[in-house]
Amino acid sequence: MAVPARRPAAPNRIVPAEVLGWGVDAEPDNDPTWPMRDRAGDPGPHWPRPALQRTEVKILQSIEYARRPAVFGTAVPPRGLSGVVRRAAFRWSESSWLHWLLLMGADRVNVIEGVADDLAKARIPNIPAEMGARAEWAHNRGGLFRKIAVAGAAAAVIAAAIRRRRV
Amino acid sequence: MLAMDYRGPYRVRTTDKPMPRVEHPRDAIVRVTRSCICGSDLHLYHGMVPDTRVGMTFGHEFCGVIEEVGAEVENLKAGDTVLVPFNIACGQCHFCRQGLYGNCHEANPAATAVGGIYGYSHTAGGYDGGQAEYVRVPYADVGPVKIPDWMDADDAVLLTDVVPTGYQAAEMAGIQRGDTVVIFGAGPIGIMAARCAWLFGAGRVIVFDHLDYRLDFVRQYGPAEVYNFREVDDVVVFMKKTTDGLGADVAIDAVGGDAKGNALHTLFGVKLKAEAGSAIALHWAINSVKKGGIVSIVGVYGPTGNMVPIGNVLNKGLTIRANQASVKRLLPRLIEHVREGRIDPKAMITHRVPLEEVADAYHLFAAKLDGCIKPVLIPNGGR
Repeated sequence: MAVPARRPAAPNRIVPAEVLGWGVDAEPDNDPTWPMRDRAGDPGPHWPRPALQRTEVKILQSIEYARRPAVFGTAVPPRGLSGVVRRAAFRWSESSWLHWLLLMGADRVNVIEGVADDLAKARIPNIPAEMGARAEWAHNRGGLFRKIAVAGAAAAVIAAAIRRRRV
Repeated sequence: MLAMDYRGPYRVRTTDKPMPRVEHPRDAIVRVTRSCICGSDLHLYHGMVPDTRVGMTFGHEFCGVIEEVGAEVENLKAGDTVLVPFNIACGQCHFCRQGLYGNCHEANPAATAVGGIYGYSHTAGGYDGGQAEYVRVPYADVGPVKIPDWMDADDAVLLTDVVPTGYQAAEMAGIQRGDTVVIFGAGPIGIMAARCAWLFGAGRVIVFDHLDYRLDFVRQYGPAEVYNFREVDDVVVFMKKTTDGLGADVAIDAVGGDAKGNALHTLFGVKLKAEAGSAIALHWAINSVKKGGIVSIVGVYGPTGNMVPIGNVLNKGLTIRANQASVKRLLPRLIEHVREGRIDPKAMITHRVPLEEVADAYHLFAAKLDGCIKPVLIPNGGR
């Protein structure tokens, strides 16, 4: 295949030497494996372990670990139906699609649980506000109207379809 | 305390949550004064990261003031102002000792492939993040760095992720003097990668994106040659033509799974989630780089798989280098660059938003409204 003709020098071509700091970190020996081959002080697979964090909440652990890492987060312990699915997901390794698909499925179930939690606490979630409607109103009013129009049209089509089926 | 609260894809709010507490003798509690929204937070926001639980607080780019330390933390005390690398690292495992602080083996039970990261789903350890008034900081004797007196807090907060990730993108690219570097993505990471490519001696720096306002910014800030990929027939042919038919010496994917530019990838990777995000930026990187070249990946993808031309990686003899930034390893040099004026992190900040307005800030950033490049949340009135 013929080599394409060279484009004329781009109008925004930059002169490197005029750029502040040019080449100050240039490293001819920059090795593709840096820093992994910097083995000075590498303890191998047996290092002095940190103290182990204690917990009273369920921590889901990858089956690829030989032992639980010393420290972990306890932000949102698994619970409800999504928790059941999450626990099931950890029967498979990180290499398994099923592991991740179950976790993604649990995430979707968890969104419904989140709304139910709000309602159970007599809180109606302000979904437009949670989705940043105020920013949309301030900076993309036309887009907001378009979205409302599309949603309205979709709702009308669905309503019409339901009505026709009943008739 | 007030904290960001994830409610589902595209839905966040602030909620009163319990104060974090010391759960391990090497923990600290930090009162947050600045907390950015990162482009990779948008992967969470869009529901693309598995095991992102409702009720979680995001935020892995933050700085603040030490409120309390655990019994084994001796190098910090209450009142110290610190910037906190986004990686949670023990400092003593096989990986930390090699400088791979982004790959610590003692910080994330949920996945061996992922290190511990603040506020980045349970797949990254289940830690609440810093988009809150207070945050728990594990291994506080390793990660946090005291902010020098001369440094602005807006600069400090960007040293927790954006600057090191952009710098490491250029470092991993193995840039040699005179190399042509092509960067996909003009978000904060792509912008910083462009700036840092020059520090490693690049001869040309080319940036692709589809947002003109971001291209305008990086054209000045990098500086860089910039192109809107929507105005180019074929990105790869364009790159070949502008490099005498060879391709760039190195290519950097600074986008990850939210990449625009290909309907098929958007359908499978973003809408259907059948692949781990849209991989078009990586696809272009592989095909735009010359034979024997290097592809550096700092864009974030999910843990499953993506459709990329791996056959071309083989046939072209490419080297692929990728990692979460090893912030702790890079900070001393980066602080020097900031002091010498070679890197001006805070120039990227376009929006400073009270924590209470977190939902608007996320939407603004995700929808690229109002010329948004980098939004910073300000909890506690910034004090």
